[in-house]
Amino acid sequence: MLDYNKYLRQQKFPLIWCAGCGDGIVLKSMLRAIDKIGLSKDEICMVSGIGCSSRLTGYVDFNTLHTTHGRAIAFATGVKMAKPEMHVIVVTGDGDATAIGGNHYIHAARRNIDISVILFNNNIYGMTGGQVSPTTPIGSRASTAPFGNPENSFNISGLAEAAGASFVARGTVHDALILDKYIEKAIRKKGFSVVEVMTPCPTAYGRRNRIGDGVAMIKDLKEHSVSVRKASKMSEEELNDKVVTGILVDRERPEYTDNYNKLIERVKGSNS
Amino acid sequence: MKQKNDQFEVKVITGNEACAEGALAAGLRFFAGYPITPSSEIAEILSMRLPAVGGKFIQMEDEIGAMGAVIGASLVGSKAMTATSGPGFSLKQENLGYAAMAEVPCVVVNVMRGGPSTGLPTLPSQSDLMQARWGTHGDHPIIALCPHGVRETYDLTIRAFNLSEKYRVPVILLLDEIIGHVNEKVIFDKKEKFELWQRETPDVPPENYLPYKFTESDVPPMVSFGKGYRFHVTGLVHDETGFPTNNSEQIIKFLQRLNRKIDRYADDIIQVHEDSEEGAKIGLFAFGSTARSAKNAVNLAREKGVKINFIRPTVLWPFPQKHVARLADQCDCIIVPEMNLGQMAHEVEWASAGKTEVIKVNRIDGEPIRPSEILDAIMERV
Repeated sequence: MLDYNKYLRQQKFPLIWCAGCGDGIVLKSMLRAIDKIGLSKDEICMVSGIGCSSRLTGYVDFNTLHTTHGRAIAFATGVKMAKPEMHVIVVTGDGDATAIGGNHYIHAARRNIDISVILFNNNIYGMTGGQVSPTTPIGSRASTAPFGNPENSFNISGLAEAAGASFVARGTVHDALILDKYIEKAIRKKGFSVVEVMTPCPTAYGRRNRIGDGVAMIKDLKEHSVSVRKASKMSEEELNDKVVTGILVDRERPEYTDNYNKLIERVKGSNS
Repeated sequence: MKQKNDQFEVKVITGNEACAEGALAAGLRFFAGYPITPSSEIAEILSMRLPAVGGKFIQMEDEIGAMGAVIGASLVGSKAMTATSGPGFSLKQENLGYAAMAEVPCVVVNVMRGGPSTGLPTLPSQSDLMQARWGTHGDHPIIALCPHGVRETYDLTIRAFNLSEKYRVPVILLLDEIIGHVNEKVIFDKKEKFELWQRETPDVPPENYLPYKFTESDVPPMVSFGKGYRFHVTGLVHDETGFPTNNSEQIIKFLQRLNRKIDRYADDIIQVHEDSEEGAKIGLFAFGSTARSAKNAVNLAREKGVKINFIRPTVLWPFPQKHVARLADQCDCIIVPEMNLGQMAHEVEWASAGKTEVIKVNRIDGEPIRPSEILDAIMERV
């Protein structure tokens, strides 16, 4: 069995995450994937923004960069461009990546820069106390949607696909071992990759929406998730309250840092 | 336009071109930007020049992202820069604060245009002086340089990189639309060697490395990501280890060091060109493109037999307080011409501590202050 401690800054424990939070499950899944690929700790740069999930970078023994709200992908773009041999992994949340950081998210996907984004989607702003996020389902309650959310929500994975990502998968913390495979594939994929992980926030979302504690929420996730294959045979109405899981996109597209390095070679060639 | 011989190269170039060339001479290897008038030529030139030296250029989706990318690139060891103007400079502030907090060397060029808001996109101004100092929230260190000509833009761009590396601080280069776009003859001595400073690296093995160590110099040694020293960088207040802290003692220690590291070296950082005359009772304080008119006014006044003490700082932050205090002791008044409503006059008043009268000469219509306007202010005091 994997010794997780090899990758953890144990002196920084205990974690700030609440009891019942799913973020720790994703953390372990990430470490299993990294270990399976066999990356050295020195060649990983893990970049995060602001929010509960973004605190993850403080706990892992890599080159870690905890940035400003929404900007993790922008910082990561600088890291990856200046040092393409680095494996750059971004840890972010639904609010961080698709509200304040939405612009960076879609443009990194458009460039198809070789960055892997692990996006913790808990449908809420947890750290700031349960405000409505771009993925809060319509009608759900949040501290800034006391009468139920009147807004439509984002399909985060669909956004990445439409913007041009090479690899997009959606998983849940209920199926953590399948998640390992998605994360592994995402890191291995040359190009922009996103793994959207549905993870419960019992403190800020579950209680307010009467779903229950962490366990109840994970069970709820299980009940509401359907595989891509099953989903393809279901009507839009049937899919209304469902989470479609699986590998949603896996395609070859030119990668940005590769393209840029070719450009450098061409320019240098024409100068000599 | 170029003329060549063995030792000297004569070029007619703009301030924006000089800035790009200076950055390359300083070792720039990463530029992230976003189009905005009147700074765009800097990005355009670097998009062409950087690949040839193996450097990277990226036009980001917005100004905020450009500043973030610059910090990321600097953390893996590249000398990195962005360039912008007024509204874009407002957007830089978020991550400019991060660079100050996490002590990441980088250079931010702001080619000033008229504000506030979208303001006067194609016209010059000097109204971002206070934003350069206090634009991002919280008590933070900053250095801001301000050249008055094309050649000086080249030199100060190199200096901006040197200071940012030496003190692990973001350095702002304040051009204005006039300096950015004016064509001037510049003579480059090919044999001239510029001293280039690099960030100090740790002399301890990874297990003993403290990325924010309290050292005698107040500037902790810095190593790039990927060199075997795995550490944490955050915009939260952190202790010597780089991890967040809420401990009162640690917070105070850190924030005091962060600000002290520039305050204590102010004398090394500040550069002021002084042109004084024995017994002069009229002082003149001017910077950037306005200093060109001021120089002209000084010559005209001297032709009329009027004595002037003229000082022209190329560093605005930290503010050259001692120089102004001396001027205040010597003179009955200090005239401060600037293309805003008196931002630097306010600092001059503070530094002269009531010892002299501060006279403002301002323009806010996007027109340069003419020598005659400064001369009028001088002659009124004769």
